[in-house]
Amino acid sequence: MFEFLQYAFFIRAAEAGLIIGIIAPLIGIFLVVRRFSLLSDTLSHVTLAGVALSFLLGTNVILTALVAALAAAFGIEKLRARKLLFSESILALFLSGSLAISAVLFGLAKGFNASVFNALFGSLVTVTESDLVTILILGLIIIISVVLFYKELVMVSFDEQLAEASGISVRAFNAFLIIMAAVTVSLTMRIVGVLLVGALMVIPVLTAMNYRRGFKQTLVIALVVSLVSVAVGLLISFYAGLPTGGTIILINLGLFIISMIP
Amino acid sequence: MQITPSASAQSNSCITLNDVLFFYKAGEPALEHITFSVNHGDYLGILGPNGGGKTTLLKIILGLLTPQSGTVRIDNTAPSARASHLHIGYVPQKSEEEQWNFPATVEEVVLMGRTVRAGVLKKYTPADFEAVERAMETTGITAHRTETIATLSGGMRQRILLARALASNPTILILDEPATGVDIAAQEKFYSFLKTLNTHHGLTILFVSHDLDVLARETTSVLCVNRTLISHGPTSEALREEHLEELYGKKVEFAVHRH
Repeated sequence: MFEFLQYAFFIRAAEAGLIIGIIAPLIGIFLVVRRFSLLSDTLSHVTLAGVALSFLLGTNVILTALVAALAAAFGIEKLRARKLLFSESILALFLSGSLAISAVLFGLAKGFNASVFNALFGSLVTVTESDLVTILILGLIIIISVVLFYKELVMVSFDEQLAEASGISVRAFNAFLIIMAAVTVSLTMRIVGVLLVGALMVIPVLTAMNYRRGFKQTLVIALVVSLVSVAVGLLISFYAGLPTGGTIILINLGLFIISMIP
Repeated sequence: MQITPSASAQSNSCITLNDVLFFYKAGEPALEHITFSVNHGDYLGILGPNGGGKTTLLKIILGLLTPQSGTVRIDNTAPSARASHLHIGYVPQKSEEEQWNFPATVEEVVLMGRTVRAGVLKKYTPADFEAVERAMETTGITAHRTETIATLSGGMRQRILLARALASNPTILILDEPATGVDIAAQEKFYSFLKTLNTHHGLTILFVSHDLDVLARETTSVLCVNRTLISHGPTSEALREEHLEELYGKKVEFAVHRH
């Protein structure tokens, strides 16, 4: 009955999934309440270019994706600070631009194969031992950072001008948040796949928001929803041989629909 | 009270601006030659047409904008100083309905008034929670503490933002068009809160509004601004017909009702 415990790759995926199930909604909630949900999708498409680059160069997948995501995060913030373009247009620019780069890089790296499918939709077997270590270390850094700056992050998200008028450096916290988002996306895409990162960062938060609670309670509900979806999704994908990311996100969609019932 | 040429001569003043010039684009000053001071305990209305620099003036006092020339002092510190931020309680205009979808309870929002006082990397202390209790008590929202802000009325939301500002124990309260989107009865109640805070608790209040009636009724002094300072003085003086004409560039039908 517990045969999944005999497989090292499953244990690794489960351990990584646990961390990701926590950090995805933890960062996602701040993006959602700031109406910046699509940042996660944009950054995840950028990580696809990073994945393609790692195929070409033979470098570590997560770290290459992370470098790409951080570079994009930096570029997005720079463009936003100029205040000449709408935030959402800047996201569209990076999203489509990075897809173009990915297409060319995958072409150069000789073709569209199974590992590309795994990169797009996530897979249990893609998590290597070194991936797990990276996910554990960076994931813990994210959790600790959010705990340390929780009250400032909440205030900046509630009202930027109010926060600034109270003496909080909004620019510093925006930079901090987008860097955290870039790291989270780079780690999360290993489990749920590039195309579904945004879903795990956003849908649990939306599910929780349907219950109309305070910020802390909304966050707790989002964490529970996310962790349940990752745990159940991993098991189902293991037994049914389904793509991990899609299974996890479908469970999330199911929980979202349940949360709509009054 | 008159426009004081040498602002520093006033020891009782809590906000002083001296020959402030601010522009977003060179050659097109949004504000120029702004010199005035506000005394402790004043209830000052700031009046002016849209685009006349009211909000810019407010942002300068809050330390959100830095003037190109001139000086601004808040209780003898620069507006960007931590001490200045702690002196000022700011009640923003938050009229857009979507902003209230933010998932938070009443208590969580009021607690944000203590965020800066508590300090980065520090937890809220019992003193912070006591201040939150007092602020909710003063504004009469204690009974709603666990409710989410999305479900509350405009009048209640206004009181939450006021409570948030009061929680930081400010000496100066700054309000930007606070009555936007609030029904008349709730507005009246809100204004009587402000009056109590001014008269009983000695709070200095700066109140930005385009509503002549409200400023005439509630404030003790008014500052009319349209790029430059048109008038500044006791409410009935500052709102004299010729000033209003200069302010809006046309005749304004208005009579000051005295209590």
